[in-house]
Parts: sequence; structure tokens; C-alpha cells
Amino acid sequence: MFSLEGLTNSVQQWLSAHFSATGVLLVESLIVIVLAITLFALLGLILVLMERKVAAHMQIRLGPNRVGPQGMFQTAADTMKLLMKEGLTPDGADKFLFNLAPFVVMIVAMLLLAPIAFAKNFQIWDINIGVLFVSSVSSISVIGILMAGWASNNKYSLLGAMRSGAQIVSYELSAGLSIISIVVLTGSLQLSDIVASQQNGWWLFKGHIPAVIAFVIFIIAVTAETNRAPFDMAEAESELTAGFHTEYSGMKFALFFLAEYINIFIVCAIGATLFLGGWMPLHFGNLQGFNHLMDYIPSSVWFFGKVFFLIFLIMWFRWTFPRLRIDQLLNLEWKYLLPISMVNLLVITVMAIMGWHF
Amino acid sequence: MYTETQIISTTTGNSVSDALDGTGELMINVGPQHPATHGVLHLVITLNGETIKKIEPHLGYIHRSIEKMCESLSYRQFIYVTSRMDYLSSHINNHACALTVEKGLQLEVPPRAQVIRVLMDELTRIASHELWWGAMAMDLGAFTPFFYAFRERETINDIMEETCGARLTMNYIGPGGVMYDIHPNFQKRVKSFIQLFKSKINEYDELVTGNIIFQNRMKNVGVLSKEDAISFGCTGPVARGSGVNCDIRKLFPYEIYDKLQFEEITETAGDSFSRYMVRIREMHQSISILEQLIDNIPEGDFQAKTKAVLKLPKGEFYTRVETARGELGVYIVSEGGTTPYRIKFRSPGFSNLSALDHMARGSKLGDLVAMMGTLDLVIPDIDR
Repeated sequence: MFSLEGLTNSVQQWLSAHFSATGVLLVESLIVIVLAITLFALLGLILVLMERKVAAHMQIRLGPNRVGPQGMFQTAADTMKLLMKEGLTPDGADKFLFNLAPFVVMIVAMLLLAPIAFAKNFQIWDINIGVLFVSSVSSISVIGILMAGWASNNKYSLLGAMRSGAQIVSYELSAGLSIISIVVLTGSLQLSDIVASQQNGWWLFKGHIPAVIAFVIFIIAVTAETNRAPFDMAEAESELTAGFHTEYSGMKFALFFLAEYINIFIVCAIGATLFLGGWMPLHFGNLQGFNHLMDYIPSSVWFFGKVFFLIFLIMWFRWTFPRLRIDQLLNLEWKYLLPISMVNLLVITVMAIMGWHF
Repeated sequence: MYTETQIISTTTGNSVSDALDGTGELMINVGPQHPATHGVLHLVITLNGETIKKIEPHLGYIHRSIEKMCESLSYRQFIYVTSRMDYLSSHINNHACALTVEKGLQLEVPPRAQVIRVLMDELTRIASHELWWGAMAMDLGAFTPFFYAFRERETINDIMEETCGARLTMNYIGPGGVMYDIHPNFQKRVKSFIQLFKSKINEYDELVTGNIIFQNRMKNVGVLSKEDAISFGCTGPVARGSGVNCDIRKLFPYEIYDKLQFEEITETAGDSFSRYMVRIREMHQSISILEQLIDNIPEGDFQAKTKAVLKLPKGEFYTRVETARGELGVYIVSEGGTTPYRIKFRSPGFSNLSALDHMARGSKLGDLVAMMGTLDLVIPDIDR
């Protein structure tokens, strides 16, 4: 099976042969930082273009088709434009918090890239509490949004930030409980363990109906957590013009925008890892021939394929549904999703103890 | 009530921390530039959290004194100005003015012109409801319907362009008939539009009407009772959504409407969803009117013989028509000259907007946007 494992190993060996242990660590960290930033920028470019193309197909319009072949350089041109725009700070705003907020949101998104397994044995940091790390760090981004909304000195932004606070904090519960159901099935918080446990089938299939319920709740909850339609109450352009980032311009706005897209990638990556086997190819129990055939497809292709499928799903929601109202949104979470996911977790726990899953 | 200085202080901007001064009330300005105001409407809204306590619409940003301008224009000329009032119903505006002048002159309109006028009115009504449907879905955060609506509206605009040379502000209907005969392609294109639209309107229902989120956002929201609708002077789909029978085409038939088979659509709930359903069902009715007329356009003149300069006899003349938004009344006072002494338009949007505060109190800010969408506001119609 083709994998990036050989590449990382040879880099490691070459570095060990030429540097001291500290030197190796330093150089490796540097490589990782550069790679992470590159990935961050690249994902931003790809996802923004993808959003436009998906929207264009759903809305019978052409989408960007002028800049470069098939409009491929559109997002690069957008980036240039955003870089050249003036970054305004409104009069009467809390300048320090106002300028800090986009960085908080972006740094959180960057930190979350660390535990994700992009391919077989290709991971920045295989921490043994990976799932916990993701769910705890991801909750910091709400502080950035609240900061932006409050510091803008704009009533629309304030309302947007307050909505966002209520929304993200609530939906984290459901998302967390869905994540825990897979942790219960696997018995590990480490993402590499979770992927390995899906060697003979993905949890979505192995965990019967409760796993499917957990997956659906997870998708709904992360859509809300990333402020995507139909849960884009924090932005709500028709009600609050643009909500918490009304006052942001140029690159500061771009950072929010970028962070939103990276967050979508991250939640979809987590979803793919937990429910769809991460980089693990499609395996069915002991069907040796079929499993072997599937192994010929590189693990990174599997991973990105699944992630982009989930991203497509979330984009599909956006261009199909109208927006909920804030009280309806909170009702959905507290009256429906949370009780369902609690009962579901109970069922999954019983299932795991009794060994009723495949 | 707020004093003038208080209003000015809110428009020039008190800070967020000043606004939360212990009363828990937040005053925000929606508009004059805001994505959901469909133009330059300015609403000063008092909020408690996200709950609306009071709404004050402020008019005047787009005022062009159309009524005053009409007083210096001749009876043929003033019709051009009215296309710019409710620009989504420009044919119907022209029609109302033409009818008033004809009433004054006691002019007989040839049957061919009458049929063409009604065809144009109904095409305009569909085009207007199409735009409303897309814009209203966008107010609720659904972006795709906007494009779908424009796809079909574009075919109507093409028909209009071919026949009268304009796509939005038409000047086709004049005193005595229509300006010129229909284009040879007209019947063929309208027929193909009818076929297209019948299949697409089901798509609208699948995408929006049946959507659970949409229904939850619309049902029991912005309820306007029958009594309130009457006392606020609401007309058109807004009043019919509350169960008021107020279709001018049925109540005071003009042109050939009394000879046509169509229903007056009313819903009883009076909420946003009934106003939505009234317009959707009205589109079906308009299509049926088009079907009845398109193959039966009588031969003959498209315009009555009139003098080049019209002079209305001394007196007062009033007619009303049913535009896409409700009752449009045209009141002309003539002193016997070539220009009207005084003109007053009774526009539907103004009265419909007046009900907004009553409807919205106690609702959430997000619902306000949905309610404004179902009122189908066109600001130049409110603020002439």
C-alpha cells in the first residue's frame, strides 16, 4: 500500500544522521509549521473556490470562470484584493480586542490541525488524548467571536456575537456526546487508535443504528458550531448585515473567513476519522480479496475523499435551507438533539459493554 | 413616542455600552441601507434582547414628489412617471392612470386593447410575485430560490422587452388602449412561458414551501387579524392572507375581468405563511387567466381614436386597480385644462407597512425580516 510513511521516515533518518537530537526536533518542528501554514492557506483557497462552484451548480449560475482556467485562480485574486484593502478599526471600538479577535479565531483553527491523521502514519502530533484536545481547543474560538462582536462597538455585531455564544456553547454538547459515543466503542481517545479500530469496517456501519444517529447528530451539531447555514445566526446577513464581523475589512475579515473554512475542514476531518474510518480504506470484515483491492487506493486519497464528501454535504445544506430563528435553534438543541444524543450514548455504552457491534 | 432628539441620537449612533443603560433596551436602526429592507426603508427598532418592543418606520429617503411632478405633465405624459412608482407593477400602474383618464373622457377602449392590457397586467403580476418569492426566501437566509425565481422572471422580461421595449419601467398602456400592437412572437412566447412556469412552480414548492424550517419560520408569525387588516387599510395579498375579500378585480371589475374565470385567493390564518400561500396560489390564477386569453385576442384596433392633446372635463375622477401589492387608487382633480390640477395616488405599500409595528411586537428580530418579506414592500410605492 502506498503511503507517506516512507517519506517521513527517510526525512527522520536523514536528520538524525546529520543533527543532534535537539536539532532534529527543531528542524522537524520548523518543517511542520511551514507545512501547516501551507496547508492552511491551500485549504482556504480550495474551499472558497469549492463553495463558489458548488453554489454555482446548485443555483444554475456560472460561478467564477474568468480568472485562470475554469476560474481556478479566482481565490488567489481574491486574496490579493483582500491584502490590498485597508484594515479599518471603527471609532469607539476597543482597539486591542478588536484587532486581537481574528487572530484568536485563526490560531484556534491552526492548533486543531495538529492531531488530525491525514494519511497512514502521517500526523503532526499523535497525542493520546486527541479527541479531548480537539473538542476542548475548538471551544476557544467562541471567545474570538465574542471578542470581535463586543469590541466592534456595533449593535449588529453585539447581537451576532451573543447569538454565536449561545449557539456554539449549546451545540458543543451534542457534538461532544456524539464524539464520546465513538470513544466508548473504541475505548481510546487517541485518533490513530480510533482509525486502527476501523480496520474491519467503519464505525458508521459497525455500530448499527445508534452510530448512524450519532453521525447525523454530529453533522447537525458541527454545522451549527461552524456557523454554517441553516445555523448561520451569528452572521445572518439579512437580519444583522454580517453579524459579528460587520466592522471587519480587508485582511482582518479574511482571517475570520479563512478560519471558518478551516474549521469546516477540521470538523469534517474529525467526522470522517470517527465515523468513516479516517484514512482507512473501505474494509468489510474478513473479505480478504475486496479489502486488499481497496488498499491499492492511497490512504491520503481515502482521507481527503471522505472529508471533501462531508464538506460537500455541509455546503449542500447551505444552498438549500432557509435560516432558523435563534429560539428555534436553541429549542432544537436543548429539546431534541441533546436528549436524543444522551439516550443514544447510553445505548451505545450498553452495546459496547455487551459487545453487540461488529 | 420618541422625541425628535432621541431619534436623531439613535441615528447618529450611541455606543453599544450606552445603549445597554440598565433598561435592557437596545435601539437599532434597520436601514435605510440594509439587505432586508428591499430598498431605502428606515426602521427604528427598540429591542429587549432579541424581542421587538416597538418599530417606527421613517419615510422620506426616496421621496421624488411624483404626485407634484404629475401636476405639470399632460394626461399622456404623467403615465410615464408612474412606472417609476411601484416599478414591479409598472404595467398595472399605467393601467390605473389610463383608466382614470378614460373615465374622465368617457372613452371606449377597443376589445383587443382590453385583452392585451389584462394579459400584460397578469404577466406583470407573475413577474412581481416571482421577485417577491425569491427575495423573501433570501430574507430567510435561503439564497438559491432567488436565482430560480429570476430564471423564470427573465422569460417574462424578455416578452416585455420584445413587445414594449422595456424590461422594468414599461410605458405601454396609455389612454385609449395600448401604445402599439403586440409583437408577432408574443402569443408563442407567452404559451411557452405558461408551460415552463407550470413545471417550475412545483420546484418552488419542493424547495421552499414544503421545507420544515421554512414552515416553522412562517407559521404563527406576524399574525394580523381580519379586523386589524381592515382597520390598517391593508389590501392585496396582505389583507387576503387575513381573510379579507378585497380583490378589486372581483369587487369592482374593470376591463374584462368580470368575463374571466378566476378565484379570489384568501387564507384565514393571517400569519406570514398565509400571506405566502396567497401569492403562490395567485400565480396559479394568473396563469389560468393567461391561458384563457392568449388564444382569444380579438382582432381590431389596439387604440381608440383620441386627440393628440387630452383635456379632461372639470371634475374629480377616481379609479382603482389591483396591483401585485394591493389596491392602487388614482385620484385626479381636473379644472378642464391639459394638465391635472391635483393628483393623488393611494398606494398599497403605505397602508401595508403601517401594520408592521402591530404585527411585529413581541416577535424576534429574525421574524421581522420574514414579516417584511411577506408584506412585499416596494419603497418607491410607499414613499412616492
